[in-house]
Amino acid sequence: MEFKHKAHIMDAAGISRALSRLASQIVEQNVGMTDLLLVGIRRRGVPLAERIAERIEHLEGQRPPTGQLDITLYRDDLSTVGPRPVVNRTDIPVDVTDSTIVLVDDVLYTGRTVRAALDELVDFGRPRKVELAVLIDRGHRELPIQADYVGKRLQTTAAEIVKVMLKDYDEEEQVIVVENE
Amino acid sequence: MGFNQKDLLGIREISAEDITTILDTAESFKEVSRRAIKKVPTLRGKTVINLFFEPSTRTRTSFEIAAKRLSADAVNISASTSSVTKGETLIDTARNLEAMGPDAIVIRHPSPGAPHQLARLIGASVINGGDGAHEHPTQALLDAFTIRGHKAGFAGLQVAIIGDIAHSRVARSNVHLLTKMGAHVRVAGPRTLIPPYYEQITGESEGSLTVCDSVDDALSSADVVMMLRIQRERMTAAFFPSLKEYSIQYGLTLRRLRLAAPDCIVLHPGPINRGVEISSEVVDSASSLILDQVTNGVAVRMAILFLLVEREGH
Repeated sequence: MEFKHKAHIMDAAGISRALSRLASQIVEQNVGMTDLLLVGIRRRGVPLAERIAERIEHLEGQRPPTGQLDITLYRDDLSTVGPRPVVNRTDIPVDVTDSTIVLVDDVLYTGRTVRAALDELVDFGRPRKVELAVLIDRGHRELPIQADYVGKRLQTTAAEIVKVMLKDYDEEEQVIVVENE
Repeated sequence: MGFNQKDLLGIREISAEDITTILDTAESFKEVSRRAIKKVPTLRGKTVINLFFEPSTRTRTSFEIAAKRLSADAVNISASTSSVTKGETLIDTARNLEAMGPDAIVIRHPSPGAPHQLARLIGASVINGGDGAHEHPTQALLDAFTIRGHKAGFAGLQVAIIGDIAHSRVARSNVHLLTKMGAHVRVAGPRTLIPPYYEQITGESEGSLTVCDSVDDALSSADVVMMLRIQRERMTAAFFPSLKEYSIQYGLTLRRLRLAAPDCIVLHPGPINRGVEISSEVVDSASSLILDQVTNGVAVRMAILFLLVEREGH
């Protein structure tokens, strides 16, 4: 598929600064960090959660545990998406009951991914609190879901695609907006 | 993603790539079975019918638990309590079940090819839960999943399959699967229980199939030993003199197991006959993965139900 490049939003340094700010805000809201757990939503939420955890360690001298969620089995659009998504593994390393969980994803759009992630999380136990951190909030919510920590808010149209590219999966590290040709 | 089929009828019909897709997907479902809440909403509102014309504890329960852990509704029908006893044919039973709108039917039947006939008749996904002495694909897949958890890969792996080869759908499905994946399979058992030209069932494949003259030949340096149950219910003639003699000549004992590789693993599809095809010491030894097979069976069947029912465009 060919994409038309529309806008350059962040470069590697911009992503790094945004993550540092998210880390500071998370620390500020969770003083003492008792039972804090960062959970990345596959795929790109996972490296973002790791990077935020590193920054929190730098700030507080203690690295919060991190986990990862694959929400495929909880999607509400399984039979309409195709080809069939690959089911990857979910890994929650600690007991979630009474913990404070910060869900981490790259882009917040309709809110359906977060809805699925919340459903999956509560199957592991009853967290005391669940918060949401995203690198980009691009609007167009279809469910009553909001992020607690936002790297950058973008005004977008439904036809546009926000691509968060990270060195873990992509050649270049940047955030761009493209549109289908 | 290569696997986009309606049915799972046999291993012979699917590719090595399909097999890998099923095993990879099963890895994710194994994690679900370790959670506090062992259930995901993936197949909510779907119906799975277990249609069993032969006795089964493991396979039927395994499919039922797999369906329930995916939030599907599971219905069990066994021949002894169904209209089959009133003379209804398989085709009519199938049409009536189809009229109730199931999404998948798991069928076990004494006649080879019964699942294939069912699959042609109805729109629901059909899964072969064992058809006569023909195939038992989900057993071979869970065996492969168990092997993969303990060995680096299938290529070049030496696998011995020992016992009643002729009546064993487990052996047939495993031979197809393992040779497709590049393993070298050796079978051994009483000559009366190995069909003629058995070497030729694999056709062109990555691995190889050899019929051995003795159990000791088959076991020599094997990485995996798969023991088969003596199926007295399928034996219409005297294939060997007595169970005692069978046990002495073909049974797996700790002493015999020493011929195999030091890290050899032992599989058995169950139900086991302790002291006949396998000694109690072997069953309870560290090499035995017989209960792991049962645990893995649920994850593998969850993967199969997921892949078939949630196929593209369905």
